[in-house]
Amino acid sequence: MATLTLSTLDKKYGGFHAVKGIDLEVADGEFVALVGPSGCGKSTTLRMIAGLEDISGGELRIGARVVNDLPPRDRNISMVFQSYALYPHMTVAENMGFSLKIAGRDAATIDTAVKDAARILDIEPLLERRPAQLSGGQRQRVAMGRAIVRDPDVFLFDEPLSNLDAKLRGQMRTEIKRLHARLGSTVVYVTHDQIEAMTLADRIVIMKDGRIEQVGSPDEVFNRPASRFVASFIGSPPMNMAEATVTRSALHLDDGTEVPMPPAFSVAEGRRVVLGLRPDDIYPEGHGIHSESGHAVERRELPVHLSEPLGNETLLFTEFGGQSWTARMLNPRAVKRGEALRFHLDLSRAHLFDADTGLTLRG
Amino acid sequence: MDANASARLKKRGSAWALNVALFISMLIICLPGLWIVLNSLRPTVEIMAKPPVWIPRELSFDAYVDMFSGVGQGGIPVIAYFRNSVIIAVTSTVISLAIGMSGGYAFARYRFKGKSAWFLGLMLTRTVPGIALSLPLFFLYAKVGLIDTHAGMIIAYTALNVPFTIWLIDGFFRQVPRDLAEAAQIDGCTRWQAFWQVEFPLARPGIASAGIFAFLTSWNEFALASQLTRSTDSKTLPVGLLDYTAEFTIDWRGMCALAVVMIIPALLLTYAVQKHLVSGLTSGAIKG
Repeated sequence: MATLTLSTLDKKYGGFHAVKGIDLEVADGEFVALVGPSGCGKSTTLRMIAGLEDISGGELRIGARVVNDLPPRDRNISMVFQSYALYPHMTVAENMGFSLKIAGRDAATIDTAVKDAARILDIEPLLERRPAQLSGGQRQRVAMGRAIVRDPDVFLFDEPLSNLDAKLRGQMRTEIKRLHARLGSTVVYVTHDQIEAMTLADRIVIMKDGRIEQVGSPDEVFNRPASRFVASFIGSPPMNMAEATVTRSALHLDDGTEVPMPPAFSVAEGRRVVLGLRPDDIYPEGHGIHSESGHAVERRELPVHLSEPLGNETLLFTEFGGQSWTARMLNPRAVKRGEALRFHLDLSRAHLFDADTGLTLRG
Repeated sequence: MDANASARLKKRGSAWALNVALFISMLIICLPGLWIVLNSLRPTVEIMAKPPVWIPRELSFDAYVDMFSGVGQGGIPVIAYFRNSVIIAVTSTVISLAIGMSGGYAFARYRFKGKSAWFLGLMLTRTVPGIALSLPLFFLYAKVGLIDTHAGMIIAYTALNVPFTIWLIDGFFRQVPRDLAEAAQIDGCTRWQAFWQVEFPLARPGIASAGIFAFLTSWNEFALASQLTRSTDSKTLPVGLLDYTAEFTIDWRGMCALAVVMIIPALLLTYAVQKHLVSGLTSGAIKG
């Protein structure tokens, strides 16, 4: 196991600047998820760590070693590919033992290592099969087994679950988490799925256009997003937003609605801002998640345009500030289309972002 | 009769029809070959008989015995021809495969300037009929002293085969996912090891087909060889067939016997290589 340090890491493809000088420190045994929309540079960053992509500038360290120009084989890393990348002409056991065979270990050592990994992943009965005879989930396990056998300093995952169906994805997520707890390894995990990032990672790195927008624990990036982009990217359904102008002690929304200034903020009059409120923080009276005691709660009568019952909760779609907003209703009851409900907006939990820069206005 | 029964009958009927059609077309394809084998075993009178004699009255191996009985006793230098053919065909095949693999890999994996122009250029060389090149080639070879040499034939056949081997092998390397070579590198392989351990075995069907093709082209080629070879130093088996034509007669039986001698190694090689021709080797590498 080892730490991983990225210092002003840069990647250019001709004129295209894919990764723009990012800094990141991954502690020994830490699970870090890189998330962002496609094309944000997260996969390129991972491939630079793996050594599959040349580094255009900056420095990459694994442990104390600078590895910028080392080939992948000398970095002592393992990688699980999105496509699994199993060798189709080898059995599962040969796939998993391949790295040790290349390293010149003897057959008995390889056998023990492969069997140990297979036991951890529960794929012992599959060892003699070929990848073509496996299901998607089994292939995923084998790919992870191959990574474990190598006993690397750093594990790299490149969107490993995106080819699985939703149910299997949930299962494998739990399994990866359990595996990390058991092996205590340093992990860099790339995904575009914010739920995967939230559930798995110790720290989340949110990337956009080749830059890091925010680094923080799942709790931090969810509750204290550094920018409008992070706020809209993390959380499902995404945060509700509406543009507004600051007046004396209120926010004047673009459709003419006024709401009081959220208590945590003090913003100069006349400034253009974006008000953000998570679906959890706007709910019909008596159907909320959080306690309201001591909170600045604004009450509004709003018509429901659409409702999506999910069993334990119902998502309600309404219009506020000229935008379509989603509200989360716990302990749901049937809601008729067009029915006006008394909504509570918990402004103590609201976010304000600068309308131009998108950065948070939280002090 | 209910619908199920009639559908079943129809299915069985079309399967039969398909088998019969297949049998007939195989018969048409195989008949000339079988005819050659048959003719090598019977006297010329019977071969030339009109109407044709379908069931031979007597069979003998005289033609084969004659062939190997040395020049002067009705034989031809078949061992020398055979050796020339093997040396020329095998060497040019090995070189064509080596170039085809490097070129095919480069076209499949790397981006470089003028890539499609290069590829198109290679393919365009295939549009020139080989025989059209024989005269210029003859003059050139005469100048540099390559007439009637193994090297000359090997160069000509390699040039003929390389565009095709590159094209075929390129297609097979394209089917091998890039991720596999990357995974192998992460697993500790050098770029070179990753190629031989992972990419090469998966592209093997293509390389084997390219090999068979290149070998058969060189083995069977007649037009160029008849121009560029002169003596037993370099004459190949197809050119050797001409030894059976005299001023007024053609020894059809001898020719057929030599043709059988030519066919056998080609058949054996194809049979040996065909187990590498299994398709779908790459399935299961990625996704579902």
